[in-house]
Amino acid sequence: MLQFIVRRVLLLIPVLVGLTVIMFAIARILPGDPVALAAGPNATQAEIEALTVEYGLDQPVWVQYGHYVSGLLQGDLGTSLLTRRPVAADIAAYLPATLELVFAAMAIAVLLGIPLGLVTAVWRNRWPDYLSQVAAIGAISMPRFFLGLLLQLCFAMWLAWLPLGGRLPIIVIPPPSVTGFLTIDALIAGDWTAFTTALSHLAMPAIAMSLSPLATIMRMMRSSTIEVMQQDYVMTARALGLPRRQIITKYVARNAVSATLTVIGLYFGWLLGGTVLVETVFDWPGLGLYATKAIVSQDMMPVIGVALVIGLLFVLANLVIDLLYGVINPKVRYS
Amino acid sequence: MTDTAEHIATEPELPKQDKLQRALFRFRQSRLSMLGAVMVALVVFFTAFGTLLAPFPEHIAGGVDTAARFQPPSWAHPFGTNELGQDVLSLVMAGTTVSVLAGLSVVLIGTVIGTLVGAIAGFAGGWIDEILMRLTDLTLTIPGLILAMAVAAALGPGFTNMIIAISLSWWPGYARLVRGEVLAVREESYVNAARAIGASPSRILLRHILPNTVSPIIVKMSLDMGFAILMVAGLGFIGIGIRPPTPEWGTLLSVSRSYMPDYWWTAMAPGMAMFFAVFGFNLLGDGLRDILDPKARR
Repeated sequence: MLQFIVRRVLLLIPVLVGLTVIMFAIARILPGDPVALAAGPNATQAEIEALTVEYGLDQPVWVQYGHYVSGLLQGDLGTSLLTRRPVAADIAAYLPATLELVFAAMAIAVLLGIPLGLVTAVWRNRWPDYLSQVAAIGAISMPRFFLGLLLQLCFAMWLAWLPLGGRLPIIVIPPPSVTGFLTIDALIAGDWTAFTTALSHLAMPAIAMSLSPLATIMRMMRSSTIEVMQQDYVMTARALGLPRRQIITKYVARNAVSATLTVIGLYFGWLLGGTVLVETVFDWPGLGLYATKAIVSQDMMPVIGVALVIGLLFVLANLVIDLLYGVINPKVRYS
Repeated sequence: MTDTAEHIATEPELPKQDKLQRALFRFRQSRLSMLGAVMVALVVFFTAFGTLLAPFPEHIAGGVDTAARFQPPSWAHPFGTNELGQDVLSLVMAGTTVSVLAGLSVVLIGTVIGTLVGAIAGFAGGWIDEILMRLTDLTLTIPGLILAMAVAAALGPGFTNMIIAISLSWWPGYARLVRGEVLAVREESYVNAARAIGASPSRILLRHILPNTVSPIIVKMSLDMGFAILMVAGLGFIGIGIRPPTPEWGTLLSVSRSYMPDYWWTAMAPGMAMFFAVFGFNLLGDGLRDILDPKARR
């Protein structure tokens, strides 16, 4: 087990090196002059040159890359030209918001998708099943940002039940940071007002994000349940006269979930990369909004940093899923 | 979706002339696939004729009618007019061409690059395979939207640049798929036979191996069309894709955001059009998968 983890972690190294090379290459074909942008419209030529030297942009590309990598090893992701803050600090500030959104969306998707998949498999080929299949393809086809706009229009603008966007209004004092997730921090602090406020802000973006993974998990769970239900041991359990409920919860569900887990791992990465649009709609202060703002002002270091962090999290998520797979399904041996 | 056993159970009633007819028969049996085919046909129709049939062609070219700003939906303007007094329906109809052609280009480029990479990797094996597949895995770890955003920002706005940006993240799926298929058929006896009679490697690859990978590729292409359209619209929505006045669904939706909730109708037509097109392609792809690629059925 330990050997397996160590080997998987070592395999991350070439992936990360490759990631930095690709992202750095993209950053350097960028036209335009980011230094002039950072220096402002009234900067003199001397000031611009000083900034160019300060950021090391006067040196050959491979030297710049070398500096970048040696900095990376010390946890330095470069400096944002726009915010003039270290990218690592910016990412540390924005990452919890994105993770909170991703986990909330994932929680909705898993908590609804797995039971729905199970139920539709049991009701296979009856009208609720057909209906849910069409609805699932519809849910996958729904553009997240359009759904977000519709939710905003309906629940924030017309009904005024939920806030339009943002994460926590300035007037609410944020709970002391423990996990970085406002909802959980508020619960830890026992601050009910902050909790409900944070939750009301989280609700719509999380729902908009969750629809597509929810539908996919449901379909995956449905088909793996159908497969499991045709296995001999289920037949045996049925022949033994075990109650239907017990067969489904104890034998079928557990085996069907392990096949669905892989999809959940893949979707984690998809959600991380896909928060951009929903964060834009709901003005959610996460990595996606940060990267979008940086791109619009041709500030590439944050974009490289965000892509690296998301890539790393994606690979880690897959590692965790692989390990979980072994826990749920003991037949899987780490080789 | 029904499972394999049931399809086999209905098999004896099938006309047995040839595989194509059998596939068509099965396709027609599935109502959802037919619905998808009809929806895609409509989308293709508007891609070809949307600009011609638009009730207010002058608005597509950028013409404005400030006297008629923000008119709610009516008989003359079924989806109302926007902040420039342009007919939203006309813009969305013309936008079909842009979105679908962009999506199609992305999928085609992704397919060609991915097929080449996957076929070479699977056929050559050894270190070539190793390098190409590591590159493929690497590209897969970068979220497509973020990679596309970075490249699109680096290249600047515009139709071609955006297609290049998205295609860069689109090929790895095809590379993996094709490599797997090539590996599966590489050692088949008909390939060995071709090798034995002295066929060149390129001939073996093109004539004997690749034709066997066509069905899964077609299935993936039809499922990908919807997602490519969404990606194009997404880039337009965050303002680094196709720029106005070219009517593009994502950009139209993004502009309409500023006029919510009072002029909500400006958002409806572009959003619904996106949903409709993607839904159609997904239904069609799902149906095609059931018929052409029973192995991948879920």
